[in-house]
Amino acid sequence: MTASANSANSASSANSAHSASSTNSAISAKGLVKHYGEVKALDGLDLEVPEGTVVGLLGPNGAGKTTAVRILTTLLRPDSGSATVAGFDVVRQADAVRRVIGLTGQYAAVDEYLTGRENLTMVGRLYHLPAGWVADRAQELLERFNLADAADRPVRTYSGGMRRRVDLAASLVAHPRILFLDEPTTGLDPRSRLDLWAVIGDLVREGTTVLLTTQYLEEADRLANDIVVIDHGRVIAHGTSDVLKDQVGGDRLEIVVHDRSQLSQAAAAMSAVSDAAPIVDADTRRVSAPVSGGSTVLVEAVRVLDTAGIEIDDVVLRRPTLDDVFLALTGHVAEEEPPPAPPSRGRGRGRKES
Amino acid sequence: MRRPVLGWGMHDGLVVARRNLLATLRNPELLFFSLIQPVIFVLLFAYVFGGAIPVPGASPEAGASAYREYLMPGIFGQTVAFAAASSTVGIAEDMSKGIIDRFRSLPMKSFAVLFGRTLADAVRLILVLAVLAITGLVVGWRIHNGALLASFAFLLLLLFAYTVAWVGVWIGLYMPNTETAQTAGLLWLFPLTFMSNAFVPLEGMPTWLQTFASWNPLSALVLACRELFGNPTGQLPGQTYPWPLENPIAYTLLSCAVILAIFIPLAARRYRNSTSH
Repeated sequence: MTASANSANSASSANSAHSASSTNSAISAKGLVKHYGEVKALDGLDLEVPEGTVVGLLGPNGAGKTTAVRILTTLLRPDSGSATVAGFDVVRQADAVRRVIGLTGQYAAVDEYLTGRENLTMVGRLYHLPAGWVADRAQELLERFNLADAADRPVRTYSGGMRRRVDLAASLVAHPRILFLDEPTTGLDPRSRLDLWAVIGDLVREGTTVLLTTQYLEEADRLANDIVVIDHGRVIAHGTSDVLKDQVGGDRLEIVVHDRSQLSQAAAAMSAVSDAAPIVDADTRRVSAPVSGGSTVLVEAVRVLDTAGIEIDDVVLRRPTLDDVFLALTGHVAEEEPPPAPPSRGRGRGRKES
Repeated sequence: MRRPVLGWGMHDGLVVARRNLLATLRNPELLFFSLIQPVIFVLLFAYVFGGAIPVPGASPEAGASAYREYLMPGIFGQTVAFAAASSTVGIAEDMSKGIIDRFRSLPMKSFAVLFGRTLADAVRLILVLAVLAITGLVVGWRIHNGALLASFAFLLLLLFAYTVAWVGVWIGLYMPNTETAQTAGLLWLFPLTFMSNAFVPLEGMPTWLQTFASWNPLSALVLACRELFGNPTGQLPGQTYPWPLENPIAYTLLSCAVILAIFIPLAARRYRNSTSH
């Protein structure tokens, strides 16, 4: 079957890519394994991030993205495997790693009762930077992130987008060479998301190395030079977004038929315009198929369906999503996981992380 | 940056302490409630119980006012002891919020988180003790032995506060959330304060309890304060008492030193273990 052949190819190409030399790598991880009780969050993860590039770590909830980031930022110890960041071992030289990185997690790690400015100066002083320099740097960051007006109000009065910006600013206080962003735009409104993408773009242009995790192919597409797809704690594909989308088969045309009895006719009509066999979902009355040719295909499909007398409720030309990538690579859809809850620092070992 | 004179641990601890104190100032409701409880206790014990509890060794004419003077150092002691609960809740709250990840990914000394917490809690108590002292003066409590000895009494109270804060922090590091921290944080303080001479002279207790209460560091602290302030001590002249109650200042200093020597390393180890799995 096509999907499994694809995944075999991509697996071997992933392995060969990651055996490349790591002399110029800002981040290098080999065979990381991490268990939470019975759950295997990481199952031999390999990663190379060359200096000055952006790598997107793409995967659904539970794939191991956050666990990988926590290990690389010295917050967790791996059960086995090794990793270096900026050449320093994350377990044995943790303090050296901490001096050169910045981290922005999924949940804003800011102090609610302090003002934006106080948050930034506190973090700066805990990087052991001189107080005067820190004050200037805080002002610079506040202006850059459009927080200057709200700078002297407690963060607890900020909106979600503002909190995320303070969080990102805090991770940048010490001019980190390597920045870790764990799902930085999850839960943000579209406007804030675009603003954040612009800031990240600026940072990359200035030479910062970025490791970004996300569930959204579009975000990885927009920001990353290179995308690594992970599932169940290991890498299942690796390449630029174009390469991945080609593996998936490009755009998908999706229609919703009005009358369930017309599903098979609709599928036949769709196969006339598509590159491969259409997939039918009887529950949602949806027929989808891979297509190429952009909006011309859309127009032709509508014409074909109309000629066949098929009534449709909806028609859409979709860019590939993570589900499509997964379907192509693994033969199944990325599992539905419940949305991540705010962090509770439980002492138990049975906690699964994404 | 040049290494600071007292080391990075102290530097980082002060940064964290400053952050904790700012958080308190910005949360006036919390401060208000932490002040109200001891004030209510003073008024309750002074006026409601005052007449009913005779103080051994005080002149019979003194009556209720003798109890009030006897009581105030007990309230001071009880208040500083109960402040340990806010350390428990405070550290549990820190550990359950995202900010702890920020701290742990920084090159700061990890010990500073605990050090800053206990330091800030002790500083906050200065304000609480001031409010209590004023309330005491209002209900008739007086300092008889001069400002120098009285200051020493307050310093002893602060030392004890700092000591129990470390015990509170150690407990808080085992708590998964702030609700259980609140319960656990208060639980051990009730026996500590009531099985002592804070509110009542020891003579009224059964013998086994008297022994425990005599060796309770809080009893020594309260007795030391009573002696330093010149308040009735509840002790009869000519009678011998167990060693802690004959040398209350020495015993207070000694027990604080021992408790700190045990609980600071315990807390530091617990913090390291709970944050690196």
